[in-house]
Amino acid sequence: MSEVTHIHEHAVGVSHEAHHEGHHHADHGSFLSKYVFSQDHKIIAKQFLITGIFWAVIGGFFSVVFRLQIGFPDAKFPWLETLLGEWAKGGQLQPEAYYALVTIHGTVLVFFVLTAGLSGTFSNFLIPLQIGARDMASPFLNMLSYWFFFAAGIIMLSSLFVQTGPFSGGWTAYPPLSALGDASPGSKIGMDMWMISMALFIVSSLLGGLNYIATILNMRTKGMSMTRLPLTIWAFFFTAVLGVLSFPVLLSGVILLIFDRHFGTSFYLSDIFINGQALPNEGGSAILYQHLFWFLGHPEVYIILLPAMGMVSEILSVNSRKPIFGYMAMVGSMFAIAILAFLVWAHHMFVTGLNPFLGAFFVLLTLLIAVPSAIKVFNWLTTLWKGNIRFTPAMLFAIGFVSLFISGGLTGIFLGNSALDIQLHDTYFVIAHFHIVMGVASMFGMMAGIYHWYPKMFGRYLNNGLGYIHFWITMIGAYVIFWPMHYEGLAGMPRRYYKYDIWESFKQFGTLNQIISIAAIIVFLAQFLFLANFFYSIWKGRKVTSKNPWGANTLEWTTPINPGHGNWDGEIPEAHRWAYDYGKDGQEFISQTTPVGDNESKH
Amino acid sequence: MEMVMGKSSKKMHPHKFLLWIAIGSLTMMFAGLTSAYIVKSNQAGWQPVKVPSIFYVSTVVIIASSITIWMAQKAIVERQMTKYRLLVTATAVLGLIFLITQFTGFSEMWQQKITFKESIAGSFFYVIAGLHALHVLGGITALFVLVLRMFSTRTKFYSSVPVETAGLYWHFVDILWIYLFIFFILVS
Repeated sequence: MSEVTHIHEHAVGVSHEAHHEGHHHADHGSFLSKYVFSQDHKIIAKQFLITGIFWAVIGGFFSVVFRLQIGFPDAKFPWLETLLGEWAKGGQLQPEAYYALVTIHGTVLVFFVLTAGLSGTFSNFLIPLQIGARDMASPFLNMLSYWFFFAAGIIMLSSLFVQTGPFSGGWTAYPPLSALGDASPGSKIGMDMWMISMALFIVSSLLGGLNYIATILNMRTKGMSMTRLPLTIWAFFFTAVLGVLSFPVLLSGVILLIFDRHFGTSFYLSDIFINGQALPNEGGSAILYQHLFWFLGHPEVYIILLPAMGMVSEILSVNSRKPIFGYMAMVGSMFAIAILAFLVWAHHMFVTGLNPFLGAFFVLLTLLIAVPSAIKVFNWLTTLWKGNIRFTPAMLFAIGFVSLFISGGLTGIFLGNSALDIQLHDTYFVIAHFHIVMGVASMFGMMAGIYHWYPKMFGRYLNNGLGYIHFWITMIGAYVIFWPMHYEGLAGMPRRYYKYDIWESFKQFGTLNQIISIAAIIVFLAQFLFLANFFYSIWKGRKVTSKNPWGANTLEWTTPINPGHGNWDGEIPEAHRWAYDYGKDGQEFISQTTPVGDNESKH
Repeated sequence: MEMVMGKSSKKMHPHKFLLWIAIGSLTMMFAGLTSAYIVKSNQAGWQPVKVPSIFYVSTVVIIASSITIWMAQKAIVERQMTKYRLLVTATAVLGLIFLITQFTGFSEMWQQKITFKESIAGSFFYVIAGLHALHVLGGITALFVLVLRMFSTRTKFYSSVPVETAGLYWHFVDILWIYLFIFFILVS
């Protein structure tokens, strides 16, 4: 490495925590400073991951409980009463509890698991390692980001234990259910706690997002130009930009909601009767909240999906032993998705009385997203094409992601049409669509990431056999759960209902609902195989013996097997090429740190 | 062992860079609120609210404070520390005066029966301007920290980065206010 890079930056005042942390690699701090209030991005990533896993178990368990109700509406489960008490009087889930579980399931999985658990984990872990930095731009803000998330979690968790129950008006928190304490039991203190928790969560995401952007733009190692970045980093970058620009709008919506709840304003409320009593609120509009909510809500879908896309691109390329197909097209399509994400929010509101003329534009813009999405899908398939594929568990999950993204994406084309949406809105068709394309697909991306980077995180491998069983049960289960919901939705079966027994037309789905519920339980239980594997392997897994077990090109595999705070022992390596030189000039892989040779063919 | 940052002297300071992104983020929040205001103002039953005249004073005061912070930035580069200290204090005081005029304007409106229960336009006004005032308060706190650091006996600060960062933020809340002010006059 050239001596030029040794010039100290103290004079220009750019020194920061990461700088002097680089001098002592083994942290000899106390347990508290090393594992709890750590400012090391790798530890913070693991904190996000394990907290995310905790919430995934809670959110998943809730779905099992309400699936029991949908599949077996007349059965009694005494153990439910033991577990949930008042919520399941006589072994039967109460309607209020059902709505509370649905609401918290949505909130927790969208925000705590697939936003914080996914970008929190992998943006933190991979950004410094893959761009060649010692740590984040501000390790302190990074630590704060985790603790705000933790506090948000504590408050959300406590709201489950208050007497009137947690918020139960749906994860979108539409007023008036969210604005009036008298609207339902869950709208009382439960809703206040939901709002405080979400406000803390927004602060956490903003702190994290600011840091990710600043780090990617400012702290890349020598030679790591933007076009040499692995696609993971591009994905995290666009994710962070989306978050930083859309979460504040949700915050503004929540602020107005707080005023409506507690200070008597009428931003969202008008002409409402509760128990025959007219409320004084006049002139508000609930649609206003929906606009503000979905202006975040739609970008949020891509905040969840983009990190998974980035990691899948990387994993597919590494395990096909082939360069990613169409690198610039991949970056361009992510950019297009990020722009379009802000221009389609009203497709969630086609049936709220939105001007149909305006709706036509939103249909067009929504369907336009199919273009970059299709580009990405074709590029993944062409990356796999004639590859020398290694079917590691990570690779299987990555391929599973592509499968789910195609299946779920195609139904998006149905839903994006405002005319078809008249029939399909708020039915199980929507549930099937967004669970496959956003929920399960991103979960697969996250699993792929965990299986792939586990050796770097913990210096040990996950058990492969368990990984394969985990994959196949989850993959088959996901389709068994969500595929039949398309048929139910086309028949008009509405979502969020506690019971369907008064409709003759939905009786035909009784058995189907039971099958879905049983599949959901099996898939939920299969995740414990993964959990056992995950926690057992941290201490007892097979040890990693080489720096670069997957034969990958990116910089994280040039660090020691168990990197300390500061990541590299010596100098930070320099990047000489892009991250995807696989199978080039007869070499299986060429690390980004290898200088370009004289007789090398162009890439 | 050193960070590899070849051209670091030309790069923006990380704190300032973070602030720029945060400004983008804050802009989105106020854009969300003001577009909500526009949407509502087009609906039936909308009764506009007149901007209190004291808010013209607020505008003048906050523009003046932007000038003083700009002069403070020049002063520290020229190492005129007494002048610098005075100008930063002046900026913070002008900020406080801004807040007082805002509060006076609010109470004037409230007395004219423009309350949360009576007027939606008024409610928007209180929330949006109040949120802006909170951001000004944050800026004042930062300025006071700068002033207090000047009186620290153990360490001396000559770096212009903190005051540049604070100044950037201050200009932002200034421009934000001018935007909100014109917005309220036009849309009302």
